[in-house]
Amino acid sequence: MRWKHHEPFFWSLFGAGGVISAFCVPVMVLLTGFLLPLHLLPEAAYNYESLHALAQNLWVKGAILVIVALSLWHCAHRIFHGLHDVGVSTGPLARTLTYGLAGLSSLALLILLLTL
Amino acid sequence: MTIPATDNTSETAPSKSEAGITLEILRYIPGTHSEPTFQRFEIPYVEDWSMLDALGYIKDELDSSLSYRWSCRMAVCGSCGMMFDGVPKLACETFLRDYYPRPIRVEPLENFGIERDLVIDQEPFLEKLESVKPYIIDAMANAPSGKPGAPAGHERETIQAGENRQTPKELALFDQYSMCINCLLCYSACPQFGLNPAFLGPAAISLAHRYNQDNRDQGNADRAPALNEEDGVWSCTFVGYCSEVCPKSVDPASAIQQEKVRGATDWALSWLLPKGAR
Ligand code: SF4
Ligand code: FES
Repeated sequence: MRWKHHEPFFWSLFGAGGVISAFCVPVMVLLTGFLLPLHLLPEAAYNYESLHALAQNLWVKGAILVIVALSLWHCAHRIFHGLHDVGVSTGPLARTLTYGLAGLSSLALLILLLTL
Repeated sequence: MTIPATDNTSETAPSKSEAGITLEILRYIPGTHSEPTFQRFEIPYVEDWSMLDALGYIKDELDSSLSYRWSCRMAVCGSCGMMFDGVPKLACETFLRDYYPRPIRVEPLENFGIERDLVIDQEPFLEKLESVKPYIIDAMANAPSGKPGAPAGHERETIQAGENRQTPKELALFDQYSMCINCLLCYSACPQFGLNPAFLGPAAISLAHRYNQDNRDQGNADRAPALNEEDGVWSCTFVGYCSEVCPKSVDPASAIQQEKVRGATDWALSWLLPKGAR
């Protein structure tokens, strides 16, 4: 059949982002929001060189991209449909702002990771 | 709930000395009312009365002009759906005792046009239901003498064509979705349907899913256009209230998410496969 819209694309990213937000994001919040500032992590976590080396690993780069970018797409889709729920028109402007922001941020993150 | 001590008459023959309960019913009779208005009815409180019994009492004893749909009295026909204190329920399995002694607000199912009193206009739903072809398509295509893809011929539809087997496991894939009684409570519960009446909605999608999941059916492609439209499965934001109010535990929300996965697969294939094979 011919598709007149690409909602499945956004929904798939939203769904994948939902899984990530549910399973990985709480762990990341715990690590970076609590354990790290409270100095509860091993010494190596406070060493710039070792963290930098970790982030240069291809697998870690991939994990960062997946966790951050998919969470952003999840949020964008939620906000876009949430706007519709509260009666704000969901025209091209809202679409561009929500998905556009997620897309641009993902691209920026990708460039950052590639040049790290 | 106990009947007050002063009461010594039988439950089924209420007298004026008994406890009462108030029903505030949204009335609308075209030509009589300019707009829907609430009307209060004081009726006897009888512990084992369902709302349907209460409405029957009003119609028989107080106001014969009151209109509402009902038939089976046992949560099977799906005709008695209405709102009680803003929650969609079947009148035949909702009881006065769950509200007593507070007054109860009775309104027609939300998100639908009112035809008269508690009777809503089901026509838009029936059109949606028809659009998803809720029946087995080309059932004998895989029967021993049937050829897949061949047009359904009359002789192939007979028992001579062989039996169409289904294992308990295959049945379990759609069994729960076949329990829908088209009561439309889920449509009244759905905020997305409230915002966008074009949304195909929970029950129609559940029934489409029921046939899509049936191994005897060959109609997935016939149902895809209605399901894959923007107003098809994609209008759902997985609020889940439809599944909460469903009196038959159909879980329409789950059917919709599963059809989204099917739709997303179709969409991905439409990019991957060469044009002719789509
Ligand atoms: S899915 Fe449930 S609530 Fe919806 S029409 Fe069917 S039985 Fe009623
Ligand atoms: S009267 Fe049939 S479902 Fe209530």
